Amino acid sequence: MGGILIYGEHREGKLKRVSYELLSKGREIARELGEKVKAVILGNRIEEAAREASSYVDEVFVFEDPILENYNSEVYLQILERLIRREGPSLIMAGATLQARELFPLLGGVLECSVIVECIDIKREDGRLSYVKPFYGGKILGEVIPKKPPHIVLVRPRVFPVKEKPSEQGLIKKMEVQVDMSKVGLSTLNVFKVKEKVTDITEADVVVCGGRGLKAPENFKLLMELAEVLGGAVGATRAVVDAGWRPQSEQVGKSGKTVSPNLYLAIGLSGAIHHVMGMDSSKVVVAINKDPTAPIFEYADYGLVADLFEVVPILIEELKKERG
Amino acid sequence: MEILVCVKRVPDSEAQIEVKEGKALKIEEKYTMNFFDNLAVEEALRIKEKVGGKVTVLTFGSASSLDVLRTALAMGADEAILIEDENIPYKDEFVTAKVLSKVIKDIPYDLILCGREAFDTSSGLVGPFLGKMLGIPVITMVTKVEVKPEERQLEVEREIEEGRELLKVKLPALLTTQKGLNEPRVPTVMGLMKAMKASIKRIKAEDLGIKPDSILEEMKVEISKLWEEKKKRQIRWIKGTPLEMVKELIELLKTEARVL
Repeated sequence: MGGILIYGEHREGKLKRVSYELLSKGREIARELGEKVKAVILGNRIEEAAREASSYVDEVFVFEDPILENYNSEVYLQILERLIRREGPSLIMAGATLQARELFPLLGGVLECSVIVECIDIKREDGRLSYVKPFYGGKILGEVIPKKPPHIVLVRPRVFPVKEKPSEQGLIKKMEVQVDMSKVGLSTLNVFKVKEKVTDITEADVVVCGGRGLKAPENFKLLMELAEVLGGAVGATRAVVDAGWRPQSEQVGKSGKTVSPNLYLAIGLSGAIHHVMGMDSSKVVVAINKDPTAPIFEYADYGLVADLFEVVPILIEELKKERG
Repeated sequence: MEILVCVKRVPDSEAQIEVKEGKALKIEEKYTMNFFDNLAVEEALRIKEKVGGKVTVLTFGSASSLDVLRTALAMGADEAILIEDENIPYKDEFVTAKVLSKVIKDIPYDLILCGREAFDTSSGLVGPFLGKMLGIPVITMVTKVEVKPEERQLEVEREIEEGRELLKVKLPALLTTQKGLNEPRVPTVMGLMKAMKASIKRIKAEDLGIKPDSILEEMKVEISKLWEEKKKRQIRWIKGTPLEMVKELIELLKTEARVL
């Protein structure tokens, strides 16, 4: 009993970046506490993900079956519940992704245990772990202490660094997939992918976010070009998502996603408080806006009072030159 | 269709919030129904308008939460229930879900709607916890609902990382609402007047056999301290012609910020 269990979330068999972040962090905490660290991966055709994860942990539980190809909360829940009841980890870590933010609160409900969502720091005092998370959309931070194990902790992507892959090799355990389908009350009918190969904005190193200052939906191709040069993803404010210019999945802010890239470019957006709540944990923020009184400048490291239609094309050109 | 909607009164996102000392917060008197819960009330009303039935809103809070219940009634909800917690200063999501489940198990329902998350705790736990306590399927981040009453099931679209997915779920079920689901209506004057006169059922937490001591027992987490997120950045203005600005920016991002 005890130990740390990491949920190895992947997309089509490739581990997500946040999974590497947690494998790195989980390994570090386990070594400090002198406990075992294990991982669990569910899906179909996941050998590569299992092999990758196994370098960081002592053991990987691999549940591989065509019925696990598409995520189904009730199917995944049955498997995880059984594994966790048997293994009895004291800490379960997953990324605060859309999938995990559904699956693990359900698991917490079933196991009747604590769930800490959007954790941004893990502290250790006298061998006891506590977790920092935002409240009131990030205006307030709080330290949360679970009363007893297991603790389920959903960590915000990009909070912990990915450590170099250790050379050792943990055990890969192929597990039997047992699901009682009579207890599964929901099924996936269809999946609509917005775009193939899109970088999720919560995982991107660079986010280029645009607002109403872009003036028209077609002008977002300017930001897409900039994002491409920078190897990043495009985000959008609530105003332009509401106007139907960009999909909901790109919205940054309180009612959208929280992002913490290395570099956040806020272009033609005013910086309403509900937007700032979704980007203030970025490492470096650049704001480009014509209006010097725009609130976004209060949350920026570098400010350019300029017409984006003049500056952004030059920025794209200069960056292209830089990168040869 | 019998629909239950769980709502919460929370500070407006514009409200000033300060940490006084330790864990005490000073919150500006600007409260509202939680953004996502408002979507849940609206969706319940739309389903009722389409297939008939009844909409009941519930909240676990103090007497000050009556105003959000009245808002829901003014929008068109049929009944409202306040579960009063006067003697319970702080409760976690687990306890909230437990209390709601105790009340809900005595009410007939086909569908429960909750907001994706509450602004204050920013967690999104009560809906999934409640669904599992009641033993019903849960779908979070719902952006579209299609009712198939004759088949006792729903077709539901939810947001996923790659886009959207369409699911089929048996009733009874619990859904949590995501932005994009609908545009909530603004209550009419008639609606507001009706809501002022409507009687709201009040249940004391103690009458459910819930004592403040047992709540403490049941809590899964404790908040040890709270602090204000400090403003982290000092802006550096970049001036000049567009080309000069771009060149300086790239230089600073490379050498000072080291992100390029």
